[in-house]
Amino acid sequence: MDELINKLKKEVIAQLNLEDISVDDINPDAPLFGEGLGLDSIDALELIVLLEKNYGIKIEDPKDGKKIFYSIRTMAEFISEHQKKA
Amino acid sequence: MAYINGIGTISPQNTLLGHEFLEPAVEHTGDFLKAVEPVFKTYIDPIAARRMSRLIKMGISSAKICMQDAGISMPDAIITGTGLGSVEDTEKILAELTVDGKFLNPTPFIQSTYNTISSQIAIALKCHEYNSTYVHRCFSLESCLIDAILLIGEGSAMNVLAGGIDEMTMNHLTIIRRLGIWKREAIRNLDLWSSKIPGALAGEGSAYFIISGERNERTYARLEAAETIYKPGSVEETAASVTRFLNGNGLSHEDIDLVMMGNNGFEEHDSICEEVVSSALPASARVLYKHLCGEYHTGSGFALFVAAGILKKQHIPASLIVRPSPPKKLENILIHNHYRNTDHAFILVRR
Amino acid sequence: MPSRIFVTGLGLISGPGNNVQDNLDSLLNLRSAVGPLRYIETSLKDELCVSEIPMSKEELLEYAGLSGNEACSRNSLLGMIAAREAYLHAHLNENHGLRLGLISGTTVGGMDECEKYYQDFLTNDSRNEFIDIYDCADSTEKIAEYLGLKGFMTTISTACSSAANSILFAARMMKAGKLDCAIAGGTESLTKFHLNGFNALKILDKQPCRPFDATRNGINLGEGAAYLVLETEEINKKTGNKIICELIGYGNACEAFHQTASSPDGTGAYLAMKKALDMSGEQPGNIGYINAHGTGTDNNDLSEGRAIENLFKGKVPYVSSTKPFTGHMTSAAGSAEAIISILALQNGIVWPNMNFTTPMPELNFRPVAELIRGLDLRVVMTNSFGFGGNDSSLIFKKYGIY
Repeated sequence: MDELINKLKKEVIAQLNLEDISVDDINPDAPLFGEGLGLDSIDALELIVLLEKNYGIKIEDPKDGKKIFYSIRTMAEFISEHQKKA
Repeated sequence: MAYINGIGTISPQNTLLGHEFLEPAVEHTGDFLKAVEPVFKTYIDPIAARRMSRLIKMGISSAKICMQDAGISMPDAIITGTGLGSVEDTEKILAELTVDGKFLNPTPFIQSTYNTISSQIAIALKCHEYNSTYVHRCFSLESCLIDAILLIGEGSAMNVLAGGIDEMTMNHLTIIRRLGIWKREAIRNLDLWSSKIPGALAGEGSAYFIISGERNERTYARLEAAETIYKPGSVEETAASVTRFLNGNGLSHEDIDLVMMGNNGFEEHDSICEEVVSSALPASARVLYKHLCGEYHTGSGFALFVAAGILKKQHIPASLIVRPSPPKKLENILIHNHYRNTDHAFILVRR
Repeated sequence: MPSRIFVTGLGLISGPGNNVQDNLDSLLNLRSAVGPLRYIETSLKDELCVSEIPMSKEELLEYAGLSGNEACSRNSLLGMIAAREAYLHAHLNENHGLRLGLISGTTVGGMDECEKYYQDFLTNDSRNEFIDIYDCADSTEKIAEYLGLKGFMTTISTACSSAANSILFAARMMKAGKLDCAIAGGTESLTKFHLNGFNALKILDKQPCRPFDATRNGINLGEGAAYLVLETEEINKKTGNKIICELIGYGNACEAFHQTASSPDGTGAYLAMKKALDMSGEQPGNIGYINAHGTGTDNNDLSEGRAIENLFKGKVPYVSSTKPFTGHMTSAAGSAEAIISILALQNGIVWPNMNFTTPMPELNFRPVAELIRGLDLRVVMTNSFGFGGNDSSLIFKKYGIY
């Protein structure tokens, strides 16, 4: 899980072009949206693309993203779960 | 009356605030003249900047520099002219579509829309006022200026933020080179006028202006008028348009001290520019400037920055090429912009 | 005293019809053009429903009376066809010597062709004749060439409010004495580029859209072109053209909230409508019908709905979105829906907001679900709100009503 969390952090930084943020700056349990990193609805869409492109997981309804993308850890857990099922 | 009360220019020259007025000239030896970028963080919050393309960062930065220059915190309108919009974002999408489009990122799509520059400036300033974007080749900036003058005349706005911006990319250069428009090899920009390699020298840049209904101590010059001429059929017709434009603004050709030439290195078009000016403005001194900024649809923005600066400082930078010698007192400058000698546009600036 | 601005010509090509009369027919017979995608190759083909004009590019060339030897985009063709209808309707071919302007809105430009050849552009010389038709200006200049226009022209791109802003700018140029008359509107053909782009934003509905419905799920994209001919009162005395209606108010404001979303309270929409209303001199109660922007997205319909309620304070007029008929014509929507609003005005009919079943809990009003005839409509409003918060509103009044 820690490895996936680290990998995810790097991918999120790259996908969202968070130039000034390093892997250590992101607390895996901190909210990504609103407070924390302050991401918005377009970032949520970018994360949907990331999940599909890098992990083959398709999210049809962007509203589902709220729970999945709450934090890096919730993202990692979602990916783990789906990869077990696959 | 409309006045230029603030300017923000990002160009292939050192045109950011604090630099000497085009002295010394910046040399370029690449395939096109690339803009000298500011530290964008100075003007744009890094979190906001994360999804902004280079074009948008240039636009917002030059708009903010302009507002600072004018001492204005909120404009009454925001208008942008761009011939091509965000080329980089458009290319990203086209490349993705070549594969399929299934994994298309939303960000470049949003940023590829032409109005994104004007609207991102509005978001940054929280400005709810009139907002528009013109996208018509060499008429793009000129349409903005026409609109700005209209707004001031209507009493709808006192300070209009109006600007022109275009970017160049290697892919775009490669494509347009196929038409024989741009030089097929890189040259030293300062050698443009003696280069034997056919074609224009491509460039890019962003120039924003505060066009105001009132003169103040920051005023550079008066923006008298702008006009666009669709496909005049001949040199004579183009020259006649210039004469009509000047007469319509109460001037004759003798009143024009300087003309900022549309010459860009494409020999056939350059000689037509010279013929038009010989016919319509035989007494005016001609200024070549595109060796400093290159050719792009909204390059008249760079010319307007130069003209406004010349009128305020009553000084012509040595990096410009002027023939014959200009008069000592500089009152009226005409800017000529054109798109491959089909469409032509003029801007009249006065002291 | 700035001049009055009269509408004297209309031209429209869209999914529901190739001209104004055919569009009127479709509206009267509740015939939506929303259906499967036919002419564009994309992996999304079987997933989306759109409003596409049922003519291939070759058929459009023939319809426009062109040989097809010149590199020309579908977008330009639609513009040429609609602009010609308006031009002839206003007898502009018989009235020379007028300072006639052409102001056109578009975002796709020549993309419907160029997206096919991008790799060729980069790697070989086989498609060079298409390179120059890429930009927005090309479609406007193709219209100018087609109609033999030589006067002032420009192209506006403010996303979904482009055509409305073209009409508004044309009116302002005329009031300032720079133009006698103008052809103003917009054109937008479907492209793989923006079909995929909107899909990436996850705001497309795979079913027919249902604006202002609690279960709405997004946009159906559409295509088409629409132009109005506008004349000043003075010039109209010379042309003697029949006055269709008067453009009595317009407003342009910016949401300045977010790149793709409107504010929850609809600030930009409210400001645009208020500006138009203030200019018109009409009381809110005099507006008989609002043709809403009503795209069917969660965000727009809530934002616009709230703005309408705030402006009309408990006395909301008839409201409907006609995007279930035409799809969302993006840069052409503003002028297409202006024409649809004018048809409502002329015929005393309010068009239904098709596919509506469930009211939105956040709003007190609901859109008109059925066609309503026999109304004494005097003043109508039409809204167009673009990505990036470019919000515009136009108000038309029946001529001769004081």
